[in-house]
Amino acid sequence: MSLIWAWLADPANWTGSDGILVRTVEHLGYAGLTLLLSALIGIPLGLWIGHTGRGRLVVVNLVNGMRSVPTLGLLFVAVLVLGPRLGGDLAFLAPAIIVLVILAIPPILAGAYAGVDSVDPAARDAARGMGMRPFDVLIRVEVPCALPLIFSGLRSAALQVIATATLAASVSLGGLGRFLIDGQAYRDYGQMAGGALLVAVLAVLVDLVFAAVQRAAVSPGLVPTTSRRSIRKRLVPDPA
Amino acid sequence: MTWFLGHLPQLGSLLLTHAVLAVIPLLVGLAVALPLGWLAQRYRWLRAPLVAGTGLLYTIPSLALFVLMPLVLGTGILDPINVVIALSVYTVALLVRTVADGLAAVPDEVVQAATAMGVGPARRFFTVELPLAVPVIAAGLRVAAVSNVSVVSVAALLGIAQLGSLFTDGFARDFVDPILVGIVACMVLALTLDVVILSLSRVLTPWTRRGRTA
Amino acid sequence: MINLLGVTKVYPGGTTAVGDLTLAMPTGQTTVLVGPSGCGKTTTLRMINRMIEPTGGRIEIDGVNTADLEPGELRRGIGYVIQGGGLFPHRTVLDNIMTVPLLLGWDRRRAKSVATELMERVGLTASLARRYPNELSGGQQQRVGVARALAADPPVMLMDEPFSAVDPVVREQLQDEFLRLQAELGKTIVFVTHDIDEAIKLGDQVAVLRVGGALAQLAAPAELLADPADDFVADFLGHDRGYRGLGFAAAPALPISAEPVVALGASAEDARRVAAGASWLLVVDDASAPVGWVRPSALSGRVEPSDLHRGGTLARLGGTLRAALDAALSAPSRRGVLVDDDGRLVGTVRAADVLAEIEREPGVRP
Repeated sequence: MSLIWAWLADPANWTGSDGILVRTVEHLGYAGLTLLLSALIGIPLGLWIGHTGRGRLVVVNLVNGMRSVPTLGLLFVAVLVLGPRLGGDLAFLAPAIIVLVILAIPPILAGAYAGVDSVDPAARDAARGMGMRPFDVLIRVEVPCALPLIFSGLRSAALQVIATATLAASVSLGGLGRFLIDGQAYRDYGQMAGGALLVAVLAVLVDLVFAAVQRAAVSPGLVPTTSRRSIRKRLVPDPA
Repeated sequence: MTWFLGHLPQLGSLLLTHAVLAVIPLLVGLAVALPLGWLAQRYRWLRAPLVAGTGLLYTIPSLALFVLMPLVLGTGILDPINVVIALSVYTVALLVRTVADGLAAVPDEVVQAATAMGVGPARRFFTVELPLAVPVIAAGLRVAAVSNVSVVSVAALLGIAQLGSLFTDGFARDFVDPILVGIVACMVLALTLDVVILSLSRVLTPWTRRGRTA
Repeated sequence: MINLLGVTKVYPGGTTAVGDLTLAMPTGQTTVLVGPSGCGKTTTLRMINRMIEPTGGRIEIDGVNTADLEPGELRRGIGYVIQGGGLFPHRTVLDNIMTVPLLLGWDRRRAKSVATELMERVGLTASLARRYPNELSGGQQQRVGVARALAADPPVMLMDEPFSAVDPVVREQLQDEFLRLQAELGKTIVFVTHDIDEAIKLGDQVAVLRVGGALAQLAAPAELLADPADDFVADFLGHDRGYRGLGFAAAPALPISAEPVVALGASAEDARRVAAGASWLLVVDDASAPVGWVRPSALSGRVEPSDLHRGGTLARLGGTLRAALDAALSAPSRRGVLVDDDGRLVGTVRAADVLAEIEREPGVRP
């Protein structure tokens, strides 16, 4: 324990081009870029599949199949195979981001798909029946109703990405994973465990931020009433 | 292919270690999650803190958890126990919710019918509620099994030998073959565990296979 | 006027859901489509707003062929109510009701004032405006569904089993309010149900469909009960057709007897004196509304609410023969209690007199 505190408490470890602050920004940068790319691919695709009902089987198999692929192996193969063809700074970064995106798409896709798929068919029918065009039905009804599951897909993807971005240090990238890999190399357990603690805290914080955004973005009407005590109390008995 | 054939014995031992490191946490995790899930279902107020608490542990990235384990356990950084316990934690995190959901999905009439026939709470849990929750619990266990197999390989970065070692060795030597073999072996192991759990679940719940499909 | 002209729907598999259906639905009236499952009633309804495209025939609304209109535009001009309401769970009650007006480009203020007014009209208190659908009872949700369909004041309303998802008591309330609302609004309504009683209660005309979407009979409810076209319609109408038919026969000229009454709280002696030996005596409240019957011989102290026999139904003066007959049959004294529109006692009527009227009344059998 004291090793961690010693390492965390040393101001020299926080600043500089390989300090904690820079590494945290790098880590968030990888994760943010990856999430953005995978959301841009996964959400529209998932919405389309949910809206049209085409390709459900693909989603289910993709999600189950990708879960069994060991991320570390995939990362190494990508760097070894793609790296030499890219060269320079991109040699490590691009393969890593590609792998992260590949890993993040399935949960995001599945969330968006399941979200649209779970929309009450009666609500969709009513929307069409009152004259909404297909795009309106998607944007005004299906997407808002799918938000809870879209968010849950994004949150699992975010955790997945933060965890895998930690591994990226083993292919010479930055991020908080550096402290774990370098600490291991220098037999500096304080640095390793300190880095691990930072990664854990970062993951929890990111999840909390997502939870807060979700709370703000999702209509209260979609939160189960049982978890809303205050509202349950307001419910007056009414025969109709 | 030649690499694969030339290293079969080594592959076998790595696979075995990998399987042990992935399966023990499943058993430990299930053993812990069952009572916790039961508590979460029996005492509703416990559900939110239990699910949220274990969910919090689940957010911690695997490599970080492996590294932090020695702090909690007092073990050495290379001790495979770290991996076993860390994966058990993940398994518990995943299963507490599943067990609670599975038990909650048992039809109330069935539980009440059992109670009305004079079946005591403990007996009722093991002879009625738990068997009926098996399909849901098994589904959670399959997810945990498959993701455990993938996560175990990360421990290779810390020098704990298993299939993941093929990744680190291959990467260090700039040699793709062992990595590919390792990936395939991992996926085969994951698939095998998946099939085993699915089959066990089917054997344990013969009523789900006959008559009307639920 | 909605005109279905030889409308047909054949699905790709070859199943005929609706076969060559020709049907006129008059403006300002409620046409109920009723029939067993598989009779194509919902398909027919959904072809009117082109949620389903017919494979043959033509549908005209006020002479305009619906196939010539853009579907979205057509639908915005037609109210649409479905089972369970189909409310948007992510929008408040008020926002749900404002949907179509906003789609039509009204400004928010106007949409909101119309929506607020409609809530009151369908019997929802203003305090529910900010609630979400999952905070409402089934009946309330259904009312919101009706209000939402009415929001842009469409001349035509399509209602697909709107009251099927609620319990019988609430369903009856909703049906009564439907009748009240329709009396005020006079919409052209197409109403689908599988419940023949609901069809008879709500329809100005009832179209009974058989499996395969063929019209078995189109008639006003009383005519349907009195003169089913064939065995299928007769079976579908079920039991007690004669009795139910009385529900459509006005009872204007029944001989009414004055009924001796006591007020709640009267003494046993007074009750026995007023009853003058009769075994049952009618009790009224301060507003002279009947509240129940008592046995004067069984009274000890004053006439208390707990002494009342409350089994008798009340018939409204100028109501139906069915109500008058039922009032007589259900009263322990066998004297059916008639009240005026304000619920005040008018007098009583005997079953024998109602039956005499039934035998004389030509309206029952057209």
